[in-house]
Amino acid sequence: MRRVYLDNNATTPVDPQVLDAMLPYFREKFGNAASRSHAFGWEAEEAVENARQQVAAVLGAEAKEIIWTSGASESNNIAIKGVAEKYAEKGRHIITQITEHKAVIDPCKYLEQHGCRVTFLPVDKYGRIDLQQLAAAIKDDTVLVSIMHGNNEIGTLQPVGEIGKLCKQRGVLFHTDGCQTFGKVPIDVNEMGIDLLSLSGHKIHGPKGVGALYVRRKRPRVICEAIIHGGGHERNMRSGTLNVPGIVGLGTAAELCRLHMDTEPARLAALRDRLWTALSSQLDNAILNGHATDRTPSNLNVSFAYVEGESLMMGINDIAVSSGSACTSASLEPSYVLKALGVGDELAHSSIRFSVGRFNTEADIDYTAERVVTAVRKLRAMSPLYEMAQEGVDLTKVEWAHP
Amino acid sequence: MAYNDKILDHYNNPRNVGTLDRNSERVGTGIVGAPECGDVMKLQIMIDDHENIVDAKFKTFGCGSAIASSSLATEWIKGRTLDEALEIKNTDIVRELALPPVKIHCSVLAEDAIKAAITDLKAKRAARPTGAVAATAAK
Repeated sequence: MRRVYLDNNATTPVDPQVLDAMLPYFREKFGNAASRSHAFGWEAEEAVENARQQVAAVLGAEAKEIIWTSGASESNNIAIKGVAEKYAEKGRHIITQITEHKAVIDPCKYLEQHGCRVTFLPVDKYGRIDLQQLAAAIKDDTVLVSIMHGNNEIGTLQPVGEIGKLCKQRGVLFHTDGCQTFGKVPIDVNEMGIDLLSLSGHKIHGPKGVGALYVRRKRPRVICEAIIHGGGHERNMRSGTLNVPGIVGLGTAAELCRLHMDTEPARLAALRDRLWTALSSQLDNAILNGHATDRTPSNLNVSFAYVEGESLMMGINDIAVSSGSACTSASLEPSYVLKALGVGDELAHSSIRFSVGRFNTEADIDYTAERVVTAVRKLRAMSPLYEMAQEGVDLTKVEWAHP
Repeated sequence: MAYNDKILDHYNNPRNVGTLDRNSERVGTGIVGAPECGDVMKLQIMIDDHENIVDAKFKTFGCGSAIASSSLATEWIKGRTLDEALEIKNTDIVRELALPPVKIHCSVLAEDAIKAAITDLKAKRAARPTGAVAATAAK
């Protein structure tokens, strides 16, 4: 059976070149990068420092500004909780926004329970914050602004350069979760005024279980209080023996992104647009979620009105995608990100996220479009909502019998 | 979530998808659920002179389990009397389709849809002017 993977915003297959680079560090080069007394440790340390350079190069950063972590969730936790604790005397106010990943929202909520004030900014219908609202939210006791670069569900890009500039003017640290944009959208931490940036290996065809946090060292020098103590690794911000093969993999994956930055993001965006063109030209009431142009090159999020997302996924079960439908989660609540955009619950239930990656082809896209169109038409033929809409019934005015 | 074969069978080959004439005196229509909850079921029944259900149709907006629950419900009620159809419980559907706990609400909705269709039919017939059918028949 043919299988197509279009869930690259969830995770990506490891690039064979990445795997090849990692393997020696499982076998003969197994040393501990902290072993300073022998060649095994030295070659591990050399590999780790080389990877640090590779990751820093994608960000326009210095190698020393890269802290290795287990992934973007840990990076977000160190950035938010680490800054909140380190700068507690300066103030205890943090600003973020409502469509962040849970790995930002939950640490912020944790801090709320431990004496911090957190402002969750709303977003517009495309998922972007309002810069004037952000400016107004910054108070004397604000220490950190954490606004993601690209959204994982809807792909919307936030104006990080302008946010960074504002934060610099107001003397507030700026953290961004960059795990959906690192290696796919150009980033320069100096031009954009970013003080902390979270990234992950497995979103860029690197391995799972490894990530990094960029922490600015100059103007200003930023320090995060550690969450994990023990040994003082990574400039005292993250102790623990380094995951050398994983770090080598992340470094190689970052390097591959950098080498192909001129062509690969454009190729991904073309695949994404090819899919949207095919779907929107063949189906009525296919609604794009997020921003039409200011979005990550990999992400396409569409609501197919009158069709429930999980049932659609069943109809295209040889294609891996994800849905904002409640039925895909245990909570029975549809996507909070789509709700934040003002997308009605019924359209949130009808949403599908397609996310393309390095190994997708035009043939994958054409096959997917054909399968989705067929499935949507079949499901609409059995949808009471589609029938009512065709009869001219205004679904918003119907009094539904709630069970 | 991986689906079992029975749910997949109803999803891939839904029984009795369609629409009956909602204005017919012999047809009862039940619409339950709400779009914002992610499930809407429309279930219709048609009876003969002896209150036997001779046809049933459904349309469902919802997940695979919701589609399967309503498809199964139409299959079960065909050939039953109204009173017999009311005996179908959501737990019967849960058992037949081996629905997981998170999908039990789909079976509840299917039971509600059967009841709503029967209620609609009975209300329609109760509202009918007394003797109207007999009068029509006499002509």
